[in-house]
Amino acid sequence: MSDNNIVFAMHDIHVEVEGKEVVKGLSLEIKRGEKHAIMGPNGSGKSSLVNALAGHPNYVITKGEAYINGKNLLEMDATARARSGLFLAFQYPMAIPGVTVANFLRSAVKAKHNGDDSALKDFRKELMDKFQLLEIDKTFATRYLNDGFSGGEKKRIEILQMAMLKPLVALLDETDSGLDIDALRIVSNGINASAPSDGGVLLVTHYQRILNYVKPDYVHVMMHGRLVRSGGSELAFQLEEKGYDWIENEVFQIAEV
Amino acid sequence: MDNIINKNSKVSDIGDNYAEKYGFHDPEKYFHKSPRGINHEVVEMISRMKKEDDWMRDFRHKALDTFLSKPMPKWGNTELLNSIDFDNIFYYIKPTEFQSRNWDDVPADIKNTFDKLGIPEAERKFLAGVTAQYESEVVYHSFKEDLEKQGIIFLDMDSGLREHPEIVKKYFGTLIPPSDNKFAALNSAVWSGGSFIYVPPGVDVKIPLQAYFRINAENMGQFERTLIIADKGSRVHYIEGCTAPIYTSHSLHSAVVELIALEGAYIRYTTVQNWSHNIFNLVTKRAMAHKNATVEWVDGNIGSKFTMKFPCVYLVGEGAKGEILSIAFAGNGQHQDTGAKVIHAAPNTSSRITSKSISKAGGRASYRGLVKVFPNAENSKVSVECDALLIDGASRSDTYPTMEIDAENVRIEHEARVSKVAEEQIFYLTSRGLSEDEARLLIINGFIEPFTKELPMEYAVELNRLIELEMEGSIG
Repeated sequence: MSDNNIVFAMHDIHVEVEGKEVVKGLSLEIKRGEKHAIMGPNGSGKSSLVNALAGHPNYVITKGEAYINGKNLLEMDATARARSGLFLAFQYPMAIPGVTVANFLRSAVKAKHNGDDSALKDFRKELMDKFQLLEIDKTFATRYLNDGFSGGEKKRIEILQMAMLKPLVALLDETDSGLDIDALRIVSNGINASAPSDGGVLLVTHYQRILNYVKPDYVHVMMHGRLVRSGGSELAFQLEEKGYDWIENEVFQIAEV
Repeated sequence: MDNIINKNSKVSDIGDNYAEKYGFHDPEKYFHKSPRGINHEVVEMISRMKKEDDWMRDFRHKALDTFLSKPMPKWGNTELLNSIDFDNIFYYIKPTEFQSRNWDDVPADIKNTFDKLGIPEAERKFLAGVTAQYESEVVYHSFKEDLEKQGIIFLDMDSGLREHPEIVKKYFGTLIPPSDNKFAALNSAVWSGGSFIYVPPGVDVKIPLQAYFRINAENMGQFERTLIIADKGSRVHYIEGCTAPIYTSHSLHSAVVELIALEGAYIRYTTVQNWSHNIFNLVTKRAMAHKNATVEWVDGNIGSKFTMKFPCVYLVGEGAKGEILSIAFAGNGQHQDTGAKVIHAAPNTSSRITSKSISKAGGRASYRGLVKVFPNAENSKVSVECDALLIDGASRSDTYPTMEIDAENVRIEHEARVSKVAEEQIFYLTSRGLSEDEARLLIINGFIEPFTKELPMEYAVELNRLIELEMEGSIG
């Protein structure tokens, strides 16, 4: 990767889940400071893509290349990918009973800095600042991670993690699902405030509404494991208006010609 | 706790291990060591050396007859039980002629051992009194003077018998008679050391009392005996810890512990068992809670080759409460057969059993529990929760819960779960930059958190460290 301006790139990525190909050759480049959105109907392969990129063992990348900041992503395990600056906000975050939000984040911040304690110097203050940013009650610091949290609370905690871990490239997997309108605004503010100026954001969503707050530079439409169309943010509005069938039909017709 | 991932953030990087930290042994320079094997001569010799009254000598001899005539239990891990070679064990070793009140008077080897184990330091920092038992005898004992002045008695069991025969006679062996089980009979015959505690009415012992048990010799049998009496409205917290060197052949630890909580009293008994993997740990623990009294067993079993231990509470007075909170960690070659027993024998009594086990690398953890509610124990509450965590497919967990409810209006909650460390949880944590080792440890420490949060801070730190140690090299 010679172009230093490209923070994340993937070429011809194929992903298999349980032997079935769900992503069938996908390419995308993100330049520093850019936000991209991948929109698509359920089952189009969006979540499989981001899980595979983050290193989930059940989502196997069978072909293609991916680079973060010029480093070969596919040579790294999930831990190394995270330490290189990749972050995935989960659609369904896991509960870790008995481990408090604060202790988990302390462990994660330290791990990300390869065990360096000095990374924790201003930890408490920063944590409180981010709690404020995401309008999370302070008592959550001592609650067990995602244990008994509502869907909306889990999503806030995901973005809290993003804010604390300061990734270079954030993959956001349907972070907007299950949020009411106030929560959507708060979470979006959190994403905007945490999006790195020298990094990138790849937001995966079914709906256009989060894009009113987190404004993408590019919108891509994913169907049947491929990107079928790319454009500016206006594409999202067209989709909202006309539905996914509109593109499905167009793509289908083009394919027939 | 922030100790989960400390300076060494990779489990496999941790340099120290049981062998270095606990598994060493001292040269044997003993005042007296009995020959191997058990018979009436050995029992007579022990009683004579201790200059005991006739009633205790007779008690021992009768107990030996009981032990010899009683068959091995036919339940549990009979293969392991039947592998015990009683003729190969040393039943009594007196390491020093006298007990010391000052660490400087303890022989250098033994003092160094306890120094390495951090006992004198813990004593300075946060304990009200300490008993350090080495082989069969307590070699060091201290107790804060101001507590002594309040009438609290904290002694090794032998001194307790000598100095307070009237109290000992009244309670000794009443909850666990020699006929209770084969190992209680053996303990009754050859017992030595242990703690004797009496707390006068209304006295609150605000800081914990501790005993530390160390086995040093190979094929040693340690048979301490502990008796705690909390008089009306008093409160006490007692903690015990234990370690031993690593040998290729087996040693036996078989203790008997009896707790009596009189009306309105509170006793908490905390154990962090960390025997080396060549120890058979077969212990009988039982408590009686009178009217409105509370007894809590907090029982952690990390070490030993084979443990059988089912702390029990008899709720005999109205409004009495019993709680048993335990964790067991079973690694390669280990079987932790642990659990709890509660007998509700009065109205409005309540009990709660929380049992957590972790099995890895082919280790086996069994939960065995009995809750019995007699017909008169109306309006009682029972809660049993068993949680087993399997680290890999080679490990094993069994649950044997028994409930016999013969009263009306009893509220019962019972939950049992077996779970595996989920791949999804590991992925979630590794996607945040934790290594797989760190992720597993974090999940395990979270799993036992309900237990560690009940321990004094220093012990919680130690326990998490022990788990970290046990997890070492088990991954991949």
